[in-house]
Amino acid sequence: MTITLVFLAVIMATVIGWLLRQSLNTQPWVSDSVADSFSGASLDTNSKTVGLTTFLAVATSLFALFVSAYTIRMRVADWSPLAEPDLLWVNSAFLVLASVVYHWTRNRAVAGRTASLKPGLMVAGALSIMFLVGQLVAWQQLLAAGQYASSNAANAFFYLLTGVHGLHMLGGLYVWARSAVRAWTGADADAVRLSIELCTVYWHFLLLVWVVLFGLLLAT
Amino acid sequence: MAYVAIADRDHEQHLHDPQTFIEKYIWSQDHKVIAIQYGVTAIFVGVIAMILSVMMRLQLGFPDSFSLINPENYYQFVTMHGMIMVIYLLTALFLGGFGNYLIPLMCGSRDMVFPFMNMLSYWVYLLSVIILLVSLFVPGGATGAGWTLYPPQAISDGTPGESLGIVLMLASLGVFIIAFTMGGLNYVTTVLQARCRGMTLMRMPLSVWGIFVATILGLLAFPALLVSAIMMLLDKLAHTSFFMPAMISAGEQLEHTGGSPILFQHLFWFFGHPEVYIVALPAFGIVSDVLATHARKNIFGYRMMVWAILAIGGLSFIVWAHHMYVSGMNPYFGFFFATTTLIIAVPTALKVYNWVLTLWQGNIHLRVPMLFAIGFIFTFIHGGLTGIFLGNVVIDLPLSDTYFVVAHFHMVMGVSPVLVVFAAIYHWYPKMTGRMFNETLGKWHFWMTLLGTYSIYLPMHYLGFQGVPRRYFAMGNTDFLPESAQALNASITISAIFVALTQLIFFYNMITSLRNGKKADSNPWGATTLEWQTPDTPPKHGNWGHDLPEVHRWAYDYSVPGQEQDFVPQNVPASEVPVGRDHGVHH
Ligand code: HEM
Ligand SMILES: [Cu+2]
Repeated sequence: MTITLVFLAVIMATVIGWLLRQSLNTQPWVSDSVADSFSGASLDTNSKTVGLTTFLAVATSLFALFVSAYTIRMRVADWSPLAEPDLLWVNSAFLVLASVVYHWTRNRAVAGRTASLKPGLMVAGALSIMFLVGQLVAWQQLLAAGQYASSNAANAFFYLLTGVHGLHMLGGLYVWARSAVRAWTGADADAVRLSIELCTVYWHFLLLVWVVLFGLLLAT
Repeated sequence: MAYVAIADRDHEQHLHDPQTFIEKYIWSQDHKVIAIQYGVTAIFVGVIAMILSVMMRLQLGFPDSFSLINPENYYQFVTMHGMIMVIYLLTALFLGGFGNYLIPLMCGSRDMVFPFMNMLSYWVYLLSVIILLVSLFVPGGATGAGWTLYPPQAISDGTPGESLGIVLMLASLGVFIIAFTMGGLNYVTTVLQARCRGMTLMRMPLSVWGIFVATILGLLAFPALLVSAIMMLLDKLAHTSFFMPAMISAGEQLEHTGGSPILFQHLFWFFGHPEVYIVALPAFGIVSDVLATHARKNIFGYRMMVWAILAIGGLSFIVWAHHMYVSGMNPYFGFFFATTTLIIAVPTALKVYNWVLTLWQGNIHLRVPMLFAIGFIFTFIHGGLTGIFLGNVVIDLPLSDTYFVVAHFHMVMGVSPVLVVFAAIYHWYPKMTGRMFNETLGKWHFWMTLLGTYSIYLPMHYLGFQGVPRRYFAMGNTDFLPESAQALNASITISAIFVALTQLIFFYNMITSLRNGKKADSNPWGATTLEWQTPDTPPKHGNWGHDLPEVHRWAYDYSVPGQEQDFVPQNVPASEVPVGRDHGVHH
């Protein structure tokens, strides 16, 4: 649970620290023209970005808890480490590339280059799908080698962590598909910019989570 | 802070005006309709949970007089009652119901920032409720594992509903969490980004603060429940061994090895304790506003109240193992959690003092919502004090799994939040429906409920000291108990039936007043917060007509010295306050 606690402590400290800074030194009962002209938005950005950031905090909490559960269960004597298929390295490369290409597409969208959207989205999506397919193939290889989820807790965690990560990727692909449809039906860079920017953040997040999970799986 | 014109921000939300009946009341994206859908659904399942509790009480008060209730059923009733009350009633009602209704109105917004997702949140919640209720009727029945669902027994032979019931329960929880997350992202984002001009964080009413921080807790804590639900489902369906240790059942070695039931307990309570505050913080906030309004006084120590909410929210993540003192943990570990538990009592006690001090020399109007709010102060102090007992390891060990615990948690997180629910429904009923309720019936409802619940739960403390065990269908080998314990149990049951029937008064009042109630003014209590300043009552889609309100003061300008009226609404600028008012007066 230490890992989760550290994560949550960081998140809570950020939230509470920020909220306290907003509230220290104020005297809400005094009428105050500075407060009167406050715009009503606490953060200098749009709602969708705030929504996504909040969601990333939720997802972080989820993965931190899985990692905590992993490290606790690992200490029981019956744990026998799983030899991860080498294919995971290839999959990781797909994911890194997907993230890079998404970032490139984002830069083009910000620069207003509508022409780059379609190829950018197409390649980023294809790489992400290859990542998912690769993960499924890795599952197949393990199953073929007789490594079932029920054989050992290490195996079970492998399927669980990769599965949950993959589901998050599927959710991302849903949003990706929506931007793609808009790009193909003639939306220009400005119109899809925000959704591409947010997807880029999400892809980087999924990459980061994958690096942590993969590292954990390899190290134990 | 960068200045964003209101007009610009409005473009972010596409409010389309619903035309058809279905768009208006069924697939509605209006936060007020969604709030009422959440509220009605939650209260509906709450009534089922209450009926289940009466069934349990019948067995406990008059053992074996009702052939309908056998030990299996009893476990199923305990489990479903507990789970429904905590999650599907209180969490859904405070956040999905009041959160939805109050956040946009109190913050001066037109709606939630993601109305479509908000609508989806309700329908997914309804799905989780349906899955839950279906589990009552599948072969083997609902799970009887206790609301804590501890493995290994939750998914092992001998526990009712260990085949389909538990699977549906876990699935329903998973679906509920998805619904909650969709709603929660909305509440947080709306509070942060969609307030009206002039509504700084420190001008927000405490109701919004309570709901806001509770939502953050929920967003961070529910994943722990999700993780445990997924892993237990896999143990059940895919025969993994996350939680399931090696076991011999009916002489046969089961396929599980090495799983850790304690791991489940950690995950469950990592969610479970914050859950207490997910329910309590909105109640704290709402009660603060109700007290200030009906005492015609500003809330005592507003800033302290906000900081206490934040402190409680933060601390609630490091006390969870006080639910696990009897799990055989390291004594130093227990010492740590006992300490944090007692520390969290400090900000909580501060809040209680501030409520009482708000009443001090107030101009108290004992209207129905106020009665319930004051009732809450009593029951909450009561439950809080027994919590300090149980927070200490040496006292908890003998009392754990006795009726003392049942009495404690019912006072603190059963009765207290429910009293606030009633306070809130009565307080905002005129705004939600445009009608007044019947005051006399409301008062009868209050007194019968308060005295009735005390006569249920006060004696339970005593039974707990005597050693009456919790979650028992029948007393079993408990010769050490005096005969009188049974007499007390019978009287508790009679009180429980009395309280349950009393709620009929409430429903009768709420339903008949919809039609026959006196038409309500837009601001019958003379309250300062924005929801009472809407152009229409009940507010229309979009809440504010053409122009959004602008806020010029905090939410507690009650009885400001030197002014004609005893309240100044938040949207009244200093220049429009009738009598010359010097800035910065000390209220
Ligand atoms: C009419 C009012 C209520 C009555 C008469 C009542 C009665 C009971 C009874 C008889 C039990 C079983 C105790 C046992 O056998 O150990 C119980 C358990 C429980 N109740 Fe209530 N209750 C009421 C309201 C509530 C409310 C509003 C909540 C909301 C938090 C709540 C939460 C629980 C929980 C969490 C359990 C534990 C379930 C378990 O042990 O798994 N109850 N209640
Ligand atoms: Cu607790």
